[in-house]
Amino acid sequence: MSDHAHWRAYLAIVTVRCRMLLQYRAAAIAGFGTQLFWGFIKVMVFVAFYASAVSEPPMTFTEVLVYIWLGQALLALLPWNVDAEIATQIRTGSVAYELLRPLDLYRFWFARTLAFRLAPTTLRMLPMLAFTFLLLPVTPLADWALPPPASVMSGLMFVVSVVATLFLSAAFTMIMHVTLIWTVSGEGINRMMPGIVPVLAGLIVPLPLFPEWLQGFLYWQPFRGMADVPFRIYSGHIPADAALAEIGLQWGWVAVLIAFGIWLLDRARHRLVVQGG
Amino acid sequence: MAEPLIVVRDLAKHFRIAEREPGLWGALKSLARRRYRTVEALHGVSFAISPGELVGYIGPNGAGKSTTIKILSGILVPSAGECRVAGRVPWADRVAHVAGIGVVFGQRTQLWWDLPVIESFDLLRDIYRVEAGRYERVRDELVTLLSLEALLDVPVRQLSLGQRMRCDLAASLLHEPDILFLDEPSIGLDAVSKLAMRQFVMRQNRERGTTVLLTTHDMDDVEAMCSRVMLINHGTLLLDGTVDDLRSERRRVVVEFDGPAELGDAHAALLVSRQGQRVVFEVPGRVAEFVASVTARYRLHDLTVSHLPIEETVAELYQRAPDRAGELR
Repeated sequence: MSDHAHWRAYLAIVTVRCRMLLQYRAAAIAGFGTQLFWGFIKVMVFVAFYASAVSEPPMTFTEVLVYIWLGQALLALLPWNVDAEIATQIRTGSVAYELLRPLDLYRFWFARTLAFRLAPTTLRMLPMLAFTFLLLPVTPLADWALPPPASVMSGLMFVVSVVATLFLSAAFTMIMHVTLIWTVSGEGINRMMPGIVPVLAGLIVPLPLFPEWLQGFLYWQPFRGMADVPFRIYSGHIPADAALAEIGLQWGWVAVLIAFGIWLLDRARHRLVVQGG
Repeated sequence: MAEPLIVVRDLAKHFRIAEREPGLWGALKSLARRRYRTVEALHGVSFAISPGELVGYIGPNGAGKSTTIKILSGILVPSAGECRVAGRVPWADRVAHVAGIGVVFGQRTQLWWDLPVIESFDLLRDIYRVEAGRYERVRDELVTLLSLEALLDVPVRQLSLGQRMRCDLAASLLHEPDILFLDEPSIGLDAVSKLAMRQFVMRQNRERGTTVLLTTHDMDDVEAMCSRVMLINHGTLLLDGTVDDLRSERRRVVVEFDGPAELGDAHAALLVSRQGQRVVFEVPGRVAEFVASVTARYRLHDLTVSHLPIEETVAELYQRAPDRAGELR
């Protein structure tokens, strides 16, 4: 019995969990309103910023528009919180019972985490894209609409890159989940991450607009692959022929984060099986 | 006798529990230096179970029953001792091991809370990789046996406790395990659900040869189902035998005198209670001799002899256990 034959089990877990999470439509609609509001505020801030710029900014206004609207659409993809269900299981100690399933614990949780990132993102992304890409262009605010991808190739590369983003985000969320086994409460992480992740991913200020001396650091950190990379591939700020290298770097980070997560879980599991959760 | 399926030798398990003194000062102190208390849950337990046995595992709360079940299920690693289930070391060979056992914890469901029952079953099919045709056959059989037809489309959170237990039993057997661990399967169940649970487990044991180890507080469960009983307290096995071994030689003799009667010394020593003409004795053994001497001496209206309720015997066994305080500093 090889491990590979298990893929069906993990796929089934992703599907079931997604279907469960897709039930939370009201939250998504409420989220859509808020994110749209903040999107417009950001756009207005940058309109003012670009109107008074003294030197040529490192991104065009169109590229910034892409960055803002894709950021609002894919906000839920960022690893800024933990799955409440997994957190509860760890707090109550019932996580030990997960070991009753003939599954690898990392993959089992990874499947759930993948669904936890994918389902809410889908719910929020679709109305946001429909509104900013299809509806805004036919209103007086057409100048602020989400432009189409720079080219067909850029669009395709964007899709490939977003898939990597999903795995990157899930791999980082997994590390957050595993640390819960030590800290028990998810409160700390849930308060800390929203302060760090969006900044490093580029959601507060697009990363290319940061000062020159920070660019080296910003380039070599994993959060960049969770927003900045796919957004700039879409807008053509990263040219289509350079996209593959960037996507390769994303997957490199995926591999690193997964390896670290597996190592961490291995150590944490010791705690589970010795103390019984 | 068949080769044992489950072998446990000198199994021990202790937990370290962080302690904190009460109050703010205690909280501050525990920041600087944590104090730990060691609790011994199991203290050298040994037993062997042969294929096809249905064994009851009893003991007061905190005796070590659930710890044993968790170790046998591979989700807890013992501190010392050996354990083999179907030739495997449960925790070392966890994935292969859990694929071959079924486990039900009465206190918690293993179904997915928000999913309709049938979807939980389907998910288990994928997780345990049961081949589709076989899955449908086994599932339909379980659905019939446990009368689950009406429950299949109901989300688990809407089920009553009895319904949930029936679904959990089915879920634990979808992959046709040879071994079934039941941890307090009758807890909180009403009489009808309890009977259904018992009959089903006994049938599974009898007709499929499934080896069953179940923990319970309900002595009726043990009397009705188990050919063998293990009694544990303070992490030590106190008894491993048949249900009859649980019953002592002692009998309760209720006598109704025909008119006032003065008890002789020998009889008065065995007196438990007296209400007018009705007298209750507890006789340690040789009950026939006792009855003969009573009938010879007094004029009787009625006399009945009965076993002591098994609950009482067990409660007595629990208390008689050497009170080796289960905690060590």
